[in-house]
Amino acid sequence: MAWLNAFLSSTIGQKVVVALTGLFLCTFLVVHMVGNLQLIWGTADKFNLYTYAMTHNKVIKVVSYLTYASIVLHAVMAIWVNRRNAGARPVGYAKKGTNSTWSSRNMVFLGVVILVYIVVHLYNFWFQLKFGEVGTVVIEGKHVKDLYPVVINAFQIPWLVALYVVSMAALSFHLIHGFQSGFQTVGVSHHKYTPFIKQLGIWVFGVLIPLGFAAVPIAVMILKDPIPIP
Amino acid sequence: MDNPYRMKLNLKVWRQHGPQDKGGFQTYALDDVSPDSSFLEMLDLLNEQLVSKREEPVAFDHDCREGICGMCSLYINGHPHGPEQTTTCQLHMRSFSDGETITIEPWRAKAFPIIKDLTVDRSAFERIIQAGGYISVNTGQAVDGNAIPVPKDDAEDAFNAATCIGCGACVAACKNASAMLFVGAKVSHLGLLPQGRPEAAKRAQAMVRQMDAEGFGSCTNTGACSAECPKEIPQSVIGMLNREYLLSTTLSEEG
Ligand code: SF4
Ligand code: FES
Repeated sequence: MAWLNAFLSSTIGQKVVVALTGLFLCTFLVVHMVGNLQLIWGTADKFNLYTYAMTHNKVIKVVSYLTYASIVLHAVMAIWVNRRNAGARPVGYAKKGTNSTWSSRNMVFLGVVILVYIVVHLYNFWFQLKFGEVGTVVIEGKHVKDLYPVVINAFQIPWLVALYVVSMAALSFHLIHGFQSGFQTVGVSHHKYTPFIKQLGIWVFGVLIPLGFAAVPIAVMILKDPIPIP
Repeated sequence: MDNPYRMKLNLKVWRQHGPQDKGGFQTYALDDVSPDSSFLEMLDLLNEQLVSKREEPVAFDHDCREGICGMCSLYINGHPHGPEQTTTCQLHMRSFSDGETITIEPWRAKAFPIIKDLTVDRSAFERIIQAGGYISVNTGQAVDGNAIPVPKDDAEDAFNAATCIGCGACVAACKNASAMLFVGAKVSHLGLLPQGRPEAAKRAQAMVRQMDAEGFGSCTNTGACSAECPKEIPQSVIGMLNREYLLSTTLSEEG
């Protein structure tokens, strides 16, 4: 396995790890989006059943562990790469010009914002579901945790909604650069399809998905009334 | 009376006696500069004045002065080779305005240590080339030039990549001081041609290993290098380098 060790300590190999985990997390975002829409268009029961499925289905369980692992690996490796790169220029320039996009130069900063957001987000819902005091309801004969009011009530808090929206803006800029960058790093680049990957990264992953995620807390705050928890 | 065809300039130049010296900026006022002179001729003028004042002239790299050797460098007003996408020797003073303050710094990278003032040691590039930036040929009868067919598109991409002059502006421009554009250019130039294929896997592995050992950073695809490269080497060469490295790691005996 010396070859693997050499690969993972090379500048390219480390970037490939960041790229592959990042692209995997992009697919996770798409799946997550589908669930979110239940909050706007679905019913309380549908949403609770969806949460039940997400926490009980074996396949989903495996995928969720993969997701956690990817987040950790993506963050740790990216910070490692960033430190190594900082060491490649110990003395900086006095007068520095710019000739690249803001996103591309601030990926680590954007990533840290997203990481903080993920921790808050997991505490808000996942932690409450597992360890908090969440009531149960019976839907279709199943005892299901009643997460719906927890979500609706959380999004009545303006600063929390603001945090979600700001984090999604960070996600947007992160993906505008990150999505196409991931493909380039794994060597999937050709003038036949690279322009398409770039557009897909900007419009679907950079605009549509973050907008969709940001829309949920905003819509809940405006449209739904708080639900008293007995 | 001021001559309208002459420029006055303020130069803020990095001066450093040697590799160990801390160094710092020195400002010089220079007038009577022709807008038609090249940037290096302007520096020659400065040095003549310094010498006549019995001061140490500014050390800077140059050789061909016609944009083909890659020896000239300089980080001028925040850009390698200055505001135009060309080499410093092909940059003219008409790209600046009268009375402007011009900041001149050396390339900054751990792998390019400063020798003196604005000159840096770019032999890291030589060592990367020595590691695998070549093709092995047997001597003897010259091979018929047209004996091996080369697809036109490949030949063109290889030629474009081959225009890299090894100046190091890509490293200077990159926020990570990465040499991926340079190495990508070499790997593409040789790897796209049939004569370069047999050693392609070995080359990608060896050149990346040497690049890392020299202390260059990794590529985060900002594109700053291509934006500054005087030979307009495109980002696609980095894509090809990534591909060659990944494939040689997973599918060849190398690595
Ligand atoms: S890729 Fe461009 S900037 Fe880099 S060394 Fe070659 S010619 Fe210079
Ligand atoms: S001196 Fe040769 S390229 Fe500028």
